Amino acid sequence: MLAEPIEQEGYRVQLEVFEGPLDLLLFLIKQQEIDIYDIPVARITDQYLQYLDLMQGLNIAIAGEYLVTAATLIYIKSKMLLPQDPAAELEGENADPRRELVEQLLEHERFKKAAALLHDREVVELSVWPRGGGEFEEEERETVSAGVFDLVQAFHAMIERFKDQIIFTVDPEMVTLEQKLVEIRRLLSLQKEFLFSFFFQQRISRLHLMMTFVALLELAKSGELRLSQKQSFEDIRIVAC
Amino acid sequence: MLEGDRKNQLLAILFATREPVTPEELAPLFEGCDARQIDAIARELMDEFNRLQGAVEIRKVAGGFRMTTRPEHHEAIGAYLKTRPSAKLSQAALETLAVIAYRQPITLPEIMDIRGVKGTSTIKTLLEKKLIETRGRKRVVGRPILYGTTRQFLMHFGLQDLTELPTIEEFEEILAQAETGL
Repeated sequence: MLAEPIEQEGYRVQLEVFEGPLDLLLFLIKQQEIDIYDIPVARITDQYLQYLDLMQGLNIAIAGEYLVTAATLIYIKSKMLLPQDPAAELEGENADPRRELVEQLLEHERFKKAAALLHDREVVELSVWPRGGGEFEEEERETVSAGVFDLVQAFHAMIERFKDQIIFTVDPEMVTLEQKLVEIRRLLSLQKEFLFSFFFQQRISRLHLMMTFVALLELAKSGELRLSQKQSFEDIRIVAC
Repeated sequence: MLEGDRKNQLLAILFATREPVTPEELAPLFEGCDARQIDAIARELMDEFNRLQGAVEIRKVAGGFRMTTRPEHHEAIGAYLKTRPSAKLSQAALETLAVIAYRQPITLPEIMDIRGVKGTSTIKTLLEKKLIETRGRKRVVGRPILYGTTRQFLMHFGLQDLTELPTIEEFEEILAQAETGL
């Protein structure tokens, strides 16, 4: 979430990065040095809702859990306004309606501290090298279906590799996505499977290559073909569906 | 079976290996030594070696012994290897990891309850980094998957074992101290 200073009731508030609604609540409580065991629910609820408004104003999508906590706060607030049921009091059922939330907040805080501790240890550990450091451990990888990022990487790697072969033309070229779509569909009807590097072997221009790449993504999206690679940066296999 | 100068053999093994070496692994190789004795020899070696050495040290990590550089030399090594420490974990990942470390085995809904945040992406990241692993399924409705920390987790944070982490009760004290300190 964005950090944006705002003016609010005479004091400045820094909108921090919150890891969820509990984090936001804890922030509000800490900031005003409120006793966590005696939270002024009405005030905190107001401030909490103001924050949600503010976040909405900044076009930050509010995750559902923020709204759940808002509902919980309002529920607690209303419960505290209502006179207590004397019958329930006899049975000891009139526990502080805030208790569950407070416990949740305390637990959240404990784990935040634990996370900070882990962070400190991580920093130390990252500055320590084992024997033969600097080498990356080989990770076993299975064939994974390639994400868009992998495809772009592979595309870039291959442009580099076939740099000398790529012919740059000065004349404006007319290549359309539709043309490439037709071309690839025809290729697929002749051959069920081929490699991405196939296109590079044809000594075609960069623009053609790019349109081919876009067309491949398009066809993969529509489910006409499948793209996969054995490893990152490897050649992409194109298989007709 | 190996005989002779255990301490130096151990040191040689630590020098030659990258991963932590456990006494249990060595016990079958060292004639007439059980894991407990090897552990004692290794601790002695660790003390002696670390007292003399200013550059590298033997540390106890993830139930084994391992030779690493001392943290104060990270800049020198980084400058030479031209690498930076691999990316640190995000706040969300650290918090999720903390919850798993203290409450394992734990299911995703339980983690989300404690963190007050929905989302499965941090779990995926942690699984990919092999910091957590699945531990079967909980015998409740929906049979959710249980998660726990791995040996890689101990190595990543330089921990001997999970007991090295302060208990959640100790955090209570730390929190209390922090509050009275204000």
